[in-house]
Amino acid sequence: MKSWPALISGILFGLGLTLSGMSDPAKVLGFLNVTGAWVPDLILVMGGAVVVTLVLTPLVLKRTAPLLASTFSLPTKQIVDRRLVGGAVLFGIGWGLSGYCPGPGLVSLLYGYQTTLVFCLAMFAGMFLESRISR
Amino acid sequence: MNTYLLPLTGGVLLGLAAIWLLFSLGRVAGISGIAWGALSGPDRGWRWLFLLGLLCGGAVTHNLVGHPIPTESNAPLWLIACSGLLVGVGTRMGGGCTSGHGVCGLGRQSPRSLLATVIFMGLGILTVFVMQNVTGGLL
Repeated sequence: MKSWPALISGILFGLGLTLSGMSDPAKVLGFLNVTGAWVPDLILVMGGAVVVTLVLTPLVLKRTAPLLASTFSLPTKQIVDRRLVGGAVLFGIGWGLSGYCPGPGLVSLLYGYQTTLVFCLAMFAGMFLESRISR
Repeated sequence: MNTYLLPLTGGVLLGLAAIWLLFSLGRVAGISGIAWGALSGPDRGWRWLFLLGLLCGGAVTHNLVGHPIPTESNAPLWLIACSGLLVGVGTRMGGGCTSGHGVCGLGRQSPRSLLATVIFMGLGILTVFVMQNVTGGLL
């Protein structure tokens, strides 16, 4: 499989996260602070991204295969289970504690901050832990 | 002007990044899945390239475009560590994060992703509320 397109996607994603303000934890916490000094700007990030994916995803999936791979690798799970709900609950709490979700956390490694490094190491530790528990 | 234009531009770029990855490689641009797969999965090559690109994109924003670097979080390190741990466990257990469920899943009109997004947004809001009002603004 050719993988160079992933580099382009990553660059666009990194640009999007940093230009939009998502890599600023103070801004993200301000966005989540709905009942306080709410900073609504980041609605436009999710809004802008979802409008693009909502319109274009059906067009892409009309193709029988991706441009450079043999099949689409999409999630097949359809049912709502405890893992989905429990995972989203834990993730939401973690996100609200720092203002970092995985993408912004990783791209913020660029800034060389101790807090970002600790966040990313803890995140990978959590992923590893979950992979052990769920086996 | 910039307060609306930059988030909107950034959001559109995130959407286009996801669509390009789906169109070219047939993959979902979910960062938690890509990051974990880069370490554990088969097919690591494209994932490492994506993560390399992610950092390059950030470097372009701050070094070439000249967009200011955000200030460091002033939360204590133990709280940051708890946050990272919960994000790591939660995204693997729930099968995605803001990008996989939020940007890509909503685009595919997946009911699972819609539910996950509503839940993690709600819990994020609730957590900030508790931090602000119950613990007296620890952050």
